[in-house]
Amino acid sequence: MGLATESQFHVLAVDDSIIDRKLIERLLKTSSYQVTTVDSGTKALEFLGLNDDDDLSNPNQPSVPPNIKQELEVNLIITDYCMPGMTGYDLLKKIKESTSLRNIPVVIMSSENVPSRISRCLEEGAEEFFLKPVRLADVNKLKPHLMKTKYENPQNQETAEVQQQSNNNKRKARDDVLSPDRTRPRYTELTVV
Amino acid sequence: MDGVAQLKKRLADYTTSLYDEGYLDDQFVQLQQLQDESNPEFVVEVVSLFFQDSQRLLSELAKALEQQSVDFRKVDAYVHQLKGSSSSIGAQRVQRACISFRNYCDDQNIEGCLKCLQQLKNEYSLMKNKLETLFKLEQQLLEAGG
Repeated sequence: MGLATESQFHVLAVDDSIIDRKLIERLLKTSSYQVTTVDSGTKALEFLGLNDDDDLSNPNQPSVPPNIKQELEVNLIITDYCMPGMTGYDLLKKIKESTSLRNIPVVIMSSENVPSRISRCLEEGAEEFFLKPVRLADVNKLKPHLMKTKYENPQNQETAEVQQQSNNNKRKARDDVLSPDRTRPRYTELTVV
Repeated sequence: MDGVAQLKKRLADYTTSLYDEGYLDDQFVQLQQLQDESNPEFVVEVVSLFFQDSQRLLSELAKALEQQSVDFRKVDAYVHQLKGSSSSIGAQRVQRACISFRNYCDDQNIEGCLKCLQQLKNEYSLMKNKLETLFKLEQQLLEAGG
């Protein structure tokens, strides 16, 4: 199984709308990503191996720390904002609060252009905020975020530290595209939508 | 060859009219661009999902507005869903009808909501007919060898 770093990126898409799930799946597959779609934040967390009581819901697997579930390794999560129960924002928070999942880039989608909503999501750590309907041009913006985490993957701890150095250098070189409004020190390449 | 040319023209004219009359917007074009040999039925599949989902939402809306005490948040939630899905397929007039509807929800205006629901049903019916016609024309063209 190994690290499979040269194979396709795997994106987890979360949306309560069946139409939008179909659409995002097609958009992502067109861009050669492997896709898993779920219809709620709760199901997303289950898929990611994160439960309230910390034990895995998957009956087929023995208790294994989530970041070693290689077959299900998720490289990016793209989620709708407005969902019943757990919103995309709630999901984002849970992911960023989780030590095992917080390095996974999260992108939020919303049909509503609410500036305070957008900044709240970005401040919480979302990489991008896409207005719906999402288009291929939006999906094309995902690549840099996915490439970044290839080297920051906790499975590659030693390699990650070495890469971190060169990544930091790369980020500095790209200062001209950085948004100055970011409060979080990490993900600094930001396209403000 | 004439048959194919005529069908092509009919399809093109019909398609143009749908955009001109505001039934469809650019998002529909985006959908068509996502269709290819590996996913030859993509547009029909998405639109079918839209039809099913819309029918469900319209009937939920009717039910919700019939209640003794109308739950406007629920009504608004349904309209929001329909607005989203119509926007995702480029069904512009349906989307716009949803936007008006939400304003009446905000005002908690039952009369207004009922009128909007009727309008929404009408727009949805129109859209459904138009799209079914469009798909039929496409099918005819395919079958004629175009």
